[in-house]
Amino acid sequence: MWLRWIKRLIVLLLGDANADRVVPPTGYTARLTLFSAAAMSFLAVFALAMSLATGRLADRWGEELARTSTLRISAPSEQMAAQTRAAIRVLETTPGVERARALSDEEQRALLEPWFGPDLPVESLPIPQLVEIIETEDGYDAAGLRLRLSAEAPGAVLDDHTRWRRPLISAAAALRSLGWFSIVLIAGTVAAMITLAANAALAANAQVISVLRLVGARDAYIAGAFVRRFTQRALGGSAAGAVLGMGAVAMLPRADTAGGFLTGLGFEGLNWFWPVLIPPAAAAVAYVATRAAARRTLRELP
Amino acid sequence: MIELENVAYSYGGGELLSDISLELSSGSFHFLTGPSGAGKTTFLKLCYGALMPTAGQVRLFGGDVRDLGRDDIALMRRRIGVVHQDCQFLDHLPVADNVALPLMVSGYEGGEQAENLRELMSWVGLNARAGALPPELSGGERQRAALARAVIMSPDVVLADEPTGNIDWEMSQRLLQLLIELNRMGKTIMIATHDLNLIRAAKSQVQARVLRISQRQVQLAGADL
Repeated sequence: MWLRWIKRLIVLLLGDANADRVVPPTGYTARLTLFSAAAMSFLAVFALAMSLATGRLADRWGEELARTSTLRISAPSEQMAAQTRAAIRVLETTPGVERARALSDEEQRALLEPWFGPDLPVESLPIPQLVEIIETEDGYDAAGLRLRLSAEAPGAVLDDHTRWRRPLISAAAALRSLGWFSIVLIAGTVAAMITLAANAALAANAQVISVLRLVGARDAYIAGAFVRRFTQRALGGSAAGAVLGMGAVAMLPRADTAGGFLTGLGFEGLNWFWPVLIPPAAAAVAYVATRAAARRTLRELP
Repeated sequence: MIELENVAYSYGGGELLSDISLELSSGSFHFLTGPSGAGKTTFLKLCYGALMPTAGQVRLFGGDVRDLGRDDIALMRRRIGVVHQDCQFLDHLPVADNVALPLMVSGYEGGEQAENLRELMSWVGLNARAGALPPELSGGERQRAALARAVIMSPDVVLADEPTGNIDWEMSQRLLQLLIELNRMGKTIMIATHDLNLIRAAKSQVQARVLRISQRQVQLAGADL
């Protein structure tokens, strides 16, 4: 059973010299198949890269933001230091809080720098004091903490990031789904294009098919000649498109140098293996599409 | 070999053949004649399963053609050699490959087949033209190549549709001799032709039944031939 399949795969990839000679090559369908397979694989590499990158982003945001919270203390300047100390005391005695620390003026200035520039006089402005909270694995009871803070440091407002973490993560997850959906659409488009090209080739070779039937060729033999040809073309075109796509992705700026989301588009580590699967997948799509088209056409002939 | 029982064939609302019963027995030689458009080609196509009867029964080697799957019909055609008037070659392949086409599609390979092919090409006098492409052949050469292709699988039956339609008398005679030779080897032969001279020439050399299609029916032709 396995041996038979391996033999069929070898014949599929290497061809059957006799059968392949029988069906004359048709120029424009060959070029159409090669081009569409290459273009679609190029796009598939980007869709895959986007899907994997947004997946990583969703995981990172989920992981990082889930374990951090921010305390914002807004109080008159003469009470600010006292309320900050009180809030830190409360946090240090709260189960689920691993550590808490007030951000320094330099750190607060760095946070505001993108909007106000580097020379912002933080100390002279009524800017709230920020306290960074790192949670333990188990996390803390946010409602209980808010109650205690309202008593000890009335100017403190706890932001556990839930409010904006959720839409960000769901946006990243939606982007990831969109990437996978794009890949499915690309596979469907490849199948449609190859079906059209195979139908055109079958129509152009109607006389050849008629002669082959006349001399006793079975449908599987005739279909095989077309299926092999289109599978090989899809594999070759797709390999070229995937290599170009991988090269283009590799040349994108690195995330660590620019730090934005878009520059993080790409493959990391073992993820480079995924685009290698695109050409065999395209070949499989071509095999199924051409086989179905050939069998349908042959069934209509006497 | 091939039996037709009350066979009718209709196309486009009109009946082309009606109530035909006939048996092509092993080793027999038949001519099928009639005016152009009488249904000779349709009759031959019914005999090798390229058309299905709209009524009655066609039996190929004992099996009802309606019960045969597409693969069965393909296998059956390896036992029935067909020579078309227009020959039906693959124009991108050399003559030798066209002649060997039934072997190629049947998966035969090897030296014995190559030897058979050489002998066959020699038998039809086309050894020197083996590498030529079909469009480069004359009418007579094309018909002989088509005959070689029809018999390369050593079929039990050879059906020839107007095999001498486009060739001169001398070449017709040569082709006829090849078909008579095949018949003497035990093959069943049926030639559809409107060339009465060819039929007369054959009847002096071989025991042949002459059938005529007239008014949608096949009848045994009279002694006027």
